[in-house]
Amino acid sequence: MSFDINKIRSEFPILNRQVHGKPLVYFDNAATTQKPLCVLETIRHFHNQINANIHRGVHKLSDESTQAYEDARETVRAFINAKNTREIVFTSGATASINLVAFSFGEAFVREGDEVIVSEMEHHSNIVPWQMLCERKKATLTVLPMNDNGELMVEKLDELIGPKTKILAVTQLSNSLGTITPVKEIIALAHSHNVKVLVDGAQGVKHDADVQDMDADFYVFSGHKIYGPTGIGVLYGKEKLLEVLPPWQGGGDMISRVSFDTTTYNDLPFKFEAGTANFIGAAGLATALQYYQSVGIEAATRYEEELLQYATQRLTSLDDIRIIGTALHKAAILSFLVGNIHPYDTGMILDKLGIAVRTGAHCTEPVMTHYGIDGTVRASLAFYNTREEVDRLIEGVERVKLMFG
Amino acid sequence: MTINQTQDQIVDEFSMFDDWMDRYQQLIDIGNDLKPLDPKKKTPQHLINGCQSKVWVEAELVDGKIIFAADSDAIITKGIIALLIRVLSGQSPKAILDADLYFIDRIGLKENLSPTRSNGLLAMIKQMKLYALAFQSKLEG
Repeated sequence: MSFDINKIRSEFPILNRQVHGKPLVYFDNAATTQKPLCVLETIRHFHNQINANIHRGVHKLSDESTQAYEDARETVRAFINAKNTREIVFTSGATASINLVAFSFGEAFVREGDEVIVSEMEHHSNIVPWQMLCERKKATLTVLPMNDNGELMVEKLDELIGPKTKILAVTQLSNSLGTITPVKEIIALAHSHNVKVLVDGAQGVKHDADVQDMDADFYVFSGHKIYGPTGIGVLYGKEKLLEVLPPWQGGGDMISRVSFDTTTYNDLPFKFEAGTANFIGAAGLATALQYYQSVGIEAATRYEEELLQYATQRLTSLDDIRIIGTALHKAAILSFLVGNIHPYDTGMILDKLGIAVRTGAHCTEPVMTHYGIDGTVRASLAFYNTREEVDRLIEGVERVKLMFG
Repeated sequence: MTINQTQDQIVDEFSMFDDWMDRYQQLIDIGNDLKPLDPKKKTPQHLINGCQSKVWVEAELVDGKIIFAADSDAIITKGIIALLIRVLSGQSPKAILDADLYFIDRIGLKENLSPTRSNGLLAMIKQMKLYALAFQSKLEG
């Protein structure tokens, strides 16, 4: 291994936990990741030494707090390679970021009869806000389909995009199938038709987040899925686009001047940050991104790929295992079914064995509909997981087969 | 047999298993033994919402007693419903409404009672009590 797994595991205190009297195996990383000590320390230190509301405070603490918040913005900018910090809006998470764009972009650009495209493998968070927009504007939602391997049928995009298509929203990495989608190719194609693209990076941000390289118009992600705190997320938008979008929510910090006759809005990115920001969350996220970079994104990704390969190979060596999501380009998310055993039954027994997996539709009901199933068992791995933990999963699945067989 | 007598009997039966695995194996066996619901009765009307596994509960009033039938696509859930049916089916609406279902806790399935568990045990009990309430008002009416 190119990095020290024991050292890495020692940085995540929760991994030492016992569950039902057994050492925890945490395989629910696509739902949320665990936080390293340095992130916890940033949050603790912020509360103990700095805590004060940001912007416009005259006192020292407010200065330091504001500085930390704006430093965090710069860290995020550098991490996703945005051109400048005016393109980085802090939100409460990827879902809020998508809702912001669906509202503000919708207000500015979507009219009756227009079209919005989403893919078949989107998380509900990247479907419902667009449905709401389409309902509001009497626009039409069109779906880019996937094949049975769980790969997007990009070749259909040319015929799907019409003169009325305004925006396309697509995931970079499917949370239920593990598919890595060809976002760069999709974006180039959409742009050739003058269609804007929002990329849902909730899962993909851990692997490749260069917004300039992919040329995304909007890119969203959540802090808690990349080893940072919950309640903080990011919306990246190209400056020229963000400038012409109206604000989403009104309140403090997003204004320049307020009177009862008229209100003028603040500059980017503050125009989109109404209310007291989650400045401590932002600082925690910055620490998480720096930590992840210090581990090495490429090394972590390679390690996870090897782990996925090992897990897939071990799992498929058992009888009666059906893997859901067999895309050529796949990240460390393993959805599967054990014979005819209900995912919920499998999950219950695995939990008793100390193994945390997720069961159900994973907020992607259309994906389940595609396969004609109600749900899957999903093991999503992270760089702090080990082969021994994969072995525990396999033993667990064998146990499940015995119990329900 | 009264509701509490059946509950005590179940507690007694489960007391011979000290390992969780045996308790769950017992639940699985009970679930497998439950008579499947007539597919025609697996209607949206009988489906309990809010469960990760699908649960159907059906009830009819026969000579002042409620007869329950139920099914689920997950076996552990089915085992739990089978126990609920054994405790509550054949009892009067009033007895069902007044029932304190302590056996779930005592056989080591308390964690399934947590509202965060999406197996819908709480929803099942609520649905069964709702049937009892409806039949009770029908009897009084």
